Amino acid sequence: MTWKRKHLLDIESLTADEITTVLDTAKAFKAVGERAIKKVPALRGKTVVNLFVEPSTRTRISFELAEQRLSADIVNFTAEASSLKKGETLKDTAKNLEALNADFIVIRHSAAGAPHFLSRVLNAHVINAGDGAHEHPTQALLDAFTIRERKGRVDGLNVTILGDILFSRVARSNIWALTKLGAKVTLCGPSTLVPRTFEAMGCRVTHDVDEALHEADIIHLLRIQHERQRKTMFPSIGEYTTLFGLNKARFAKTKPDALIMHPGPINRGVEIDNEIADCGRSLILEQVTNGLAVRMAVMFLINGGNGPQEIAPG
Amino acid sequence: MPESTLILNALGIQRALTRIAHEITERNETMTDVVLIGIQRGGVPLAHRLGTILGSILNQPVPVGSLDVNMHRDDLDQRAAPKIHPTQIPFDVNGKIVVLVDDVLFSGRTIRAAMDALNDFGRPRKIQLAVLVDRGHRDLPIKADFVGKNQPTSLAEKVQVRFDEPGHANEVILHRP
Repeated sequence: MTWKRKHLLDIESLTADEITTVLDTAKAFKAVGERAIKKVPALRGKTVVNLFVEPSTRTRISFELAEQRLSADIVNFTAEASSLKKGETLKDTAKNLEALNADFIVIRHSAAGAPHFLSRVLNAHVINAGDGAHEHPTQALLDAFTIRERKGRVDGLNVTILGDILFSRVARSNIWALTKLGAKVTLCGPSTLVPRTFEAMGCRVTHDVDEALHEADIIHLLRIQHERQRKTMFPSIGEYTTLFGLNKARFAKTKPDALIMHPGPINRGVEIDNEIADCGRSLILEQVTNGLAVRMAVMFLINGGNGPQEIAPG
Repeated sequence: MPESTLILNALGIQRALTRIAHEITERNETMTDVVLIGIQRGGVPLAHRLGTILGSILNQPVPVGSLDVNMHRDDLDQRAAPKIHPTQIPFDVNGKIVVLVDDVLFSGRTIRAAMDALNDFGRPRKIQLAVLVDRGHRDLPIKADFVGKNQPTSLAEKVQVRFDEPGHANEVILHRP
């Protein structure tokens, strides 16, 4: 199919075909990362601003490296060291960046919808690197890529997402992506963090962790997002670990080919047992490697212009 | 009135490739260093066929790879993002004589991108170019070393190469609008 989007704002509005196009393109970019020279000139002369209004380490580093490997010029912008602290609005900050001829804005923001807002007021390509508890589209794409690479498909797989769903943009983007690709998604965690309203997104909600893990092909663990919780959603971390943590006893009862995923940062001994995080069925570090390829693919695709995809040979 | 003319049939393509294979052996005395790399997509099946012909002439296999040049194109922000096909170069290109193989030589921009892309894999001793059809209209100072057929065209015309397509005979057709 021909990719026509100028921005990547969310997964909710993408079609299954569009998601598959990103995954196919990412496969080619993963191969680039395995060459002696890992860099291609696809974004040569383009300027990318990484506008991280909310702190991030792994996503920002992954985007930066992806941009460098596409030969783009990069400006890094963090909230702590910016005029946003001096009272400038997000729109004015972004307009100023565009006045410097930025071609791409990669934005991480604590407010849901900030990337959508920028895409309406700017001419630059906008990529959502996480907006509040709304979406984190490149994370869901790299997760789907990792699942497809390891299992050969996404369609028909049982994927259990376990943990803090309520405050998780990773969960929301993953639910959209996985259900569009035909996976059966089960959500599990404390009832305060996994409300039944998520059933409206086309997934199953259970609060019985053993039942949620029993048939799972993929176990996707999420961290407790203390920074987004305004009040205590469960009695204690210790109780969460006892009731919902992936420990050895629970892991032993899962399907022998069930694979573990986690978007990071992991809290060893809380949502995941120390040894399980490092075992052969854990894809946590593969997710990081694949994130780079997926982000290169996304930027390559949205950089495309309005001309036809097919050109005359020669 | 649209018109389509057959400019090479299956036998004509086979003869052209056989001639190119012989020309490659004449040009390169140390054939042990020669490798073929087909440019995705049209050049890849041609490179494999050329490799088979060369292999039977030399009584030794000739390595064949494939190269997608889309990440190295100079028009990426003017057209919809292209579909990327696999690049597989299962040999070291350093010190080799690389014969790039493509179906149609037109502007020369694909070959420019291919030479850039190839540099990411190493430093070949020489790069040569084999094409099935040279239709003219170069934008860049690029010339093929081995040509199956020189076909003068107008810019409005299209050259279609069918090769190893299921359900179709091998042929080259010139379409006039």
